[in-house]
Amino acid sequence: MGNGTRLGRVRGLGPSHHGTGHWLQQRFTALGNLLLVTWFVVSLLRLPLTDHGAVTRWASNPTVALGLILMVASVFWHLRLGLQVMIEDYVHGEATRLLSLVILNFYAIGGAAYGIFAIIRIALAPAALGPGGM
Amino acid sequence: MAGKEPGGRPLSPHLGVYKWAPSMAVSIFHRITGDGLAIVGALMFLWWLGAIAAGPDAYAAFVACVWHDPAGGTFHMVTNILGKVVLIGLTWALFQHLFSGLRHLVLDTGAGYELKTNRRWSIAVFVGAILATAATWLTIFAGTING
Repeated sequence: MGNGTRLGRVRGLGPSHHGTGHWLQQRFTALGNLLLVTWFVVSLLRLPLTDHGAVTRWASNPTVALGLILMVASVFWHLRLGLQVMIEDYVHGEATRLLSLVILNFYAIGGAAYGIFAIIRIALAPAALGPGGM
Repeated sequence: MAGKEPGGRPLSPHLGVYKWAPSMAVSIFHRITGDGLAIVGALMFLWWLGAIAAGPDAYAAFVACVWHDPAGGTFHMVTNILGKVVLIGLTWALFQHLFSGLRHLVLDTGAGYELKTNRRWSIAVFVGAILATAATWLTIFAGTING
């Protein structure tokens, strides 16, 4: 923290001790979510969702798999930032807050890794070769 | 209301004297729906992806638990109802958060802070989210009955 200008004296005093980067990333990922989640929800509505074969054929299309991976990255980055704000606003006490942020990072990074790995498994499964592939 | 006391000087805003307004409601609902989607929505999504990846049997078990079990059974009857309640709730949360988020992107440009405009768009977010949720699920249920 600086001690010269008025701005320098208040910079970093918010509940999170930082801000602009987080704020911008929340907006960037919001735009990513807007495109990718809209595409995802429309796709779900058009799919026969109880049919494993049809869902697998859709999800193993390379363009779809790529879109799903991008969506997982954008959504989990966005939700990490959002849940972080909730923790910073409502969880008091240094130790509990730090522990909450550690759990949040495990959840967000672990969840994203699980999701991306599942998409890759679906896309590269032998059944994805179509009839006769299994 | 603060500031209306006879001869009183304006008071600092305080939770106890705030009058509830649509703009405040839309703000807290943005947070509630966002956190709900981040936890319940993301976990449901990962469960679904994991079930697809694990193969036809695992996926059938997922569908039987969340949506419909051809074999019946009391336990799955309960989880099917719960599953639909959660899915409808997530749909509403998604639309509420989406429309509210679009409102925030507009507010970020510095526009829309006039009292009437702000009020109008805050109400529009709630109405839009409920209408979009209703339209989505009427389409799904119509498809389920016809298909």
